[in-house]
Amino acid sequence: MQEPIIRFDKVNMWFGNDFHVLRDIDLCVAPGERIVICGPSGSGKSTLLRCINRLEEHQEGHLYVDGVELTDDLKAIDDVRKKVGMVFQQFNLFPHLTVLENLTLSPMWVGKLPKKEAEARALAQLERVRIAEQAGKYPLQLSGGQQQRVAIARALCLTPKIMLFDEPTSALDPEMIKEVLDVMVELANQGMTMLCVTHEMGFAKAVADQVIFMDQGQIVEQNTPTEFFTNPRSERSKDFLSKILGH
Amino acid sequence: MNATTFEPVAARPAPVRTAGAAGWIRTNLFGDWKTGLMTLLAGGALLYVLPQVFGWAVLRAVWLPDYNACRVEGVGACWGVVAEKYRFIIFGRYPYEEQWRPLVATVLMLCLLAASCTRAFWRPWLVLIWVAILAAFFALMYGNVFGLSRIETDRWGGLPLTILLASLSITLAFPIAVAVALGRRSGLPAIRAFCTIYVELIRGVPLISVLFMASFMFPLFMPEGFSIDVLIRVLAGITLFAAAYLAEVIRGGLQAIPKGQLEAAATLGLSYWQTQIKIVLPQALAMVVPSIMNNFIGLFKDTSLVTIVSLYELTGALSLAINSDANWRPFKLEGYLFIAMIYFTFCFLMSRYSLWIEKQVNKGKAR
Ligand SMILES: Nc1ncnc2c1ncn2[C@@H]1O[C@H](COP(=O)(O)OP(=O)(O)OP(=O)(O)O)[C@@H](O)[C@H]1O
Ligand SMILES: [Mg+2]
Repeated sequence: MQEPIIRFDKVNMWFGNDFHVLRDIDLCVAPGERIVICGPSGSGKSTLLRCINRLEEHQEGHLYVDGVELTDDLKAIDDVRKKVGMVFQQFNLFPHLTVLENLTLSPMWVGKLPKKEAEARALAQLERVRIAEQAGKYPLQLSGGQQQRVAIARALCLTPKIMLFDEPTSALDPEMIKEVLDVMVELANQGMTMLCVTHEMGFAKAVADQVIFMDQGQIVEQNTPTEFFTNPRSERSKDFLSKILGH
Repeated sequence: MNATTFEPVAARPAPVRTAGAAGWIRTNLFGDWKTGLMTLLAGGALLYVLPQVFGWAVLRAVWLPDYNACRVEGVGACWGVVAEKYRFIIFGRYPYEEQWRPLVATVLMLCLLAASCTRAFWRPWLVLIWVAILAAFFALMYGNVFGLSRIETDRWGGLPLTILLASLSITLAFPIAVAVALGRRSGLPAIRAFCTIYVELIRGVPLISVLFMASFMFPLFMPEGFSIDVLIRVLAGITLFAAAYLAEVIRGGLQAIPKGQLEAAATLGLSYWQTQIKIVLPQALAMVVPSIMNNFIGLFKDTSLVTIVSLYELTGALSLAINSDANWRPFKLEGYLFIAMIYFTFCFLMSRYSLWIEKQVNKGKAR
């Protein structure tokens, strides 16, 4: 088997002293693998994702990203963050910068690219998410779907090996969800390693190699999408699926 | 029942308001009976007061520097006091025949301030211009070079001193305030504690006592034969005082930045300082522009307190000028109105400038 690009080894995490938010997480992600994470609200999906680029710090166990173990070592954290792009539910674009400036910021300041090159790269990524004509606007002048696509392009400007998506379409109006999902499907088809927290089951069926179902800080089920949706193994997943699919 | 069909409606321009001045007055001043009553009352009061003020300040005023004319029964304002004393009020105790020096220095300084407020000058070399002009300012004022006679700082006064104190304390207080505001949110407990204590201590005492300490207490702790000019000590006092207040205003702005902004910056690999400089501060400062300018305007007027440690800036110079001359002493009010006008001019410019800055930083914010 291929060397995993992300490996959780008995990872545990607590908020405060008594809130055990991640419990004995074991998970391997192979390069190029697409994983969809779902589960009820508060089950720890976001926290799991955010551990991967150290927005949250796990207290026990080991977590390796592309061969680097995440510890308090700032150098390791910097290393990992350069390889991992992240897209948030609330976009988190920088409202005081234009779309183009949002995209060139990190390549210029962290990647030390000259301005010209950074802009060329930014425009190429905007092209990729089909929004190049908006480069000069400010984020708040765009629709939600456009903002989220800019956010995806911004993450891609770092040429990451792994992309993390935390409910990227949950804050969007229905007619905008598709334009964002289309971009994500395209990205998946180009071989990007992706971990995506989402309840868009169509997306999961179309691109995911594996679905992970979380509940109360644990990975309750890890399965192929077909199996998971037609024949879930655990009671909790059945219950969850009946809630989000059937009415 | 027939289905309704939609006919496309061509776009047409919005209706123009044609009411004109009469319409404006009707809607805004006499909209209903309450508004109408208020308008009549306020208008009546104005009609009563304005002619009296105008009569006192202009029609019956004495313009010539003749104090006997001012003492005639029934005359209005005695602007002669300004005509007679304006050089003393504006330049304080600076030697009379050398007063061209503070004049040139002040004009230079005002040009520098005006330039610093203009976008075209927001370049790194602006710092060099500041250094050059400050050097010129001190050379002119202090002398002792280029054949200029030496004038000690205790003779400096009036408007040049006010402008020097205000512009330097504002320029120095701002970066200190930013640093303290960031420090109060630092992850390092020692830095956080230091900044908190600084702010709480300074905010807990009046500016007057800070000035007293800077001027009288500080020298006691200095080694024998070593002294710092009182002007510099007072400047440091005002700056540190203003910085503490300003730091709290800026901290308010920092607190309003959503956590998501910091997380996005972190995932993009930006360092702490890159995040603060590129993401946090531009947004935080933009949010508190009105309060910052409010503090600056307050600071400008607070410089008048340095009189109590015998630095005679504009207000102090006025008192000196008038108290020292029994003939003019009764006409202090007119003198105060004169400097009030000077203060107002500067503060009004600052407040207009604040509005302009607000517009600049809010570009692209609205849809
Ligand atoms: N900073 C924090 N401090 C304390 N508790 C937290 C913190 N962040 C999250 N939690 C709690 O941890 C639990 C897991 O949070 P998490 O955001 O990972 O859930 P989630 O599965 O992403 O839920 P959702 O679908 O609502 O986004 C929740 O109960 C939440 O209240
Ligand atoms: Mg979540």
